[in-house]
Amino acid sequence: MKVLVPVKRVIDYNVKVRVKADGSGVDLANVKMSMNPFDEIAVEEAIRLKEAGKVEEIVAVSIGVKQAQETLRTALAMGADRAILVVAAEDVHQDIEPLAVAKILAKVVEEEQPGLVIAGKQAIDNDMNATGQMLAALLGWSQGTFASKLAIEGDHALVTREVDGGLQTVKVKMPTIVTVDLRLNEPRYASLPNIMKAKKKPLEEKTAADYGVDVTPRLEIVTTSEPPQRAAGVKVGSVDELVAKLKEAGAV
Amino acid sequence: MAVLLLAEVTDGELALDATAKTVTAAAELGEVTVLCCGTSAAAAGDAAAKIEGVAKVLVAENESLGHRLAESTAALIVSLADDYEHIVAPATTDAKNVLPRVAALLDVMVISDVSAVVDGDTFERPVYAGNAVQTVKSKDVKKVVSIRTSTFDAAGEQGAAPVETVNAAEDPGLSEWVEDKVAESDRPELTSAGVVVSGGRGLGSEEDFELIEKLADKLGGAVGASRAAVDSGYAPNDWQVGQTGKVVAPDLYIAVGISGAIQHLAGMKDSKIIVAINKDEEAPIFQVADYGLVADLFTALPELIEKLD
Ligand SMILES: Cc1cc2nc3c(=O)[nH]c(=O)nc-3n(C[C@H](O)[C@H](O)[C@H](O)COP(=O)(O)OP(=O)(O)OC[C@H]3O[C@@H](n4cnc5c(N)ncnc54)[C@H](O)[C@@H]3O)c2cc1C
Ligand SMILES: Nc1ncnc2c1ncn2[C@@H]1O[C@H](COP(=O)(O)O)[C@@H](O)[C@H]1O
Repeated sequence: MKVLVPVKRVIDYNVKVRVKADGSGVDLANVKMSMNPFDEIAVEEAIRLKEAGKVEEIVAVSIGVKQAQETLRTALAMGADRAILVVAAEDVHQDIEPLAVAKILAKVVEEEQPGLVIAGKQAIDNDMNATGQMLAALLGWSQGTFASKLAIEGDHALVTREVDGGLQTVKVKMPTIVTVDLRLNEPRYASLPNIMKAKKKPLEEKTAADYGVDVTPRLEIVTTSEPPQRAAGVKVGSVDELVAKLKEAGAV
Repeated sequence: MAVLLLAEVTDGELALDATAKTVTAAAELGEVTVLCCGTSAAAAGDAAAKIEGVAKVLVAENESLGHRLAESTAALIVSLADDYEHIVAPATTDAKNVLPRVAALLDVMVISDVSAVVDGDTFERPVYAGNAVQTVKSKDVKKVVSIRTSTFDAAGEQGAAPVETVNAAEDPGLSEWVEDKVAESDRPELTSAGVVVSGGRGLGSEEDFELIEKLADKLGGAVGASRAAVDSGYAPNDWQVGQTGKVVAPDLYIAVGISGAIQHLAGMKDSKIIVAINKDEEAPIFQVADYGLVADLFTALPELIEKLD
């Protein structure tokens, strides 16, 4: 079985996000960019399935600016076999919406015929949590979202999902789309030799137009602003003082 | 303009708080019809009919709709979608599972985690773990929207609106429910509790995490946790507060042994009063805390529990 893993290039989760003063967005020029943390978990899961003999080939796909090449190289260095870059934007500030990403991924799925797609549950930039579900809809496939456990068993998969009430396990028909949550696994770091080897792995470059997908956003971003800041509080010197303050504020 | 609101129904029971808060947001968009679905949903429908601002309730009962499976629930919503311009649900894990599927089937974008309604096409939503707020204007004919319940007040009560039954759509037969692992608890629900006490890695073990639970019980509150506490096995996954966990805005939030990473702040910084207890005076959590106590939690917590008598 072949597995497709969509990986997104996003602002590194450790970077302090700066909203541009003119309200036009978040400053992404010259900031550290990395693979979306959930997608590292997705790549790791694909590699573990390959190591377990359930998967033959792992194809990583990224959609966005040309620089997403670096993200794909990271996936290759971790252990993906080949990569597809779909260039759909020129400006690093242009985010491709989940619907357009899902449409492109649906075309890639048609071409590549994977038996499984493993995506992240959420991109930490737009915080949409949508692409996997949208892709499943477009393909008419089942979906196993927010996975903390995945077991492939022939023509179906058992997916344990992190839900508001606790955990839910569902049995989904293959082929399927799984989106991964934080506790599915701990992604490996790429070793230096593997980073060198990754440079020789195939990375195919395409454009959104090659797939005939219109990536014009459906949601116009009118403004981007700073969230309201909290006023500075006080330090209390003791538990007694804390209790007194809370009583004074009517909080306890 | 008509709004279809997918109610949060679990095992036949309506999650009243989440649904009533979403009704408040949906009422700004148009006349609200609530959809309750599941293996059994009639009781939930009757409860939803009494939420102020609800014009009508649709009840769909079918085995295939049990356990909130995305594939069959999305098919049902799409079968009803013609009559509505907005399709809305609380931003729970259930709705986040279903709504993007609905949106893609309708060829529209989903608008996730909306924190304010500007007008019928325009919405505010936090992005980048709440470090920025985007105002987005939809160009789609239909708007599929999930509502961040922590920023809306619950709608009140009314005399019951009419309830109709509708048929389930054909079951796509793609998925089956196997089991739910849900911890029973007498504590208030995390996202609607007035008080939340959360513990982090500083607690050091599952046994010591009970200190957090004791303080929560003393205050009649819910228990939350940081990702590190959940990853380390001190607390179950459904207690995680943050960018990728639950978003809470209680009257009182007490963070103990939590450093205050931006991903954690994303889930609690709209709380009314924030208390932080941490032994590191440089911990970023103090930047959002109204009252900060620099102390070892293992001495401060027992003392606090005792002195709140
Ligand atoms: C994609 C992604 C998503 C994430 N989503 C979330 C999320 O939803 N929610 C979330 O919480 N995190 C999330 N995180 C993780 C986040 O970045 C932090 O790693 C996490 O919040 C840290 O948890 P912590 O504060 O408990 O642990 P630490 O950062 O290790 O802090 C522990 C604190 O305890 C204090 N301490 C230790 N011992 C004592 C003592 N005896 N007395 C008093 N204080 C003590 C220390 O001074 C320290 O400040 C996410 C990360 C990523 C990459
Ligand atoms: N531009 C993209 N390129 C590749 N994968 C993406 C892209 N956008 C989203 N994804 C995938 O979809 C997941 C969820 O993203 P989102 O729906 O934007 O929150 C991510 O974790 C990725 O696996």
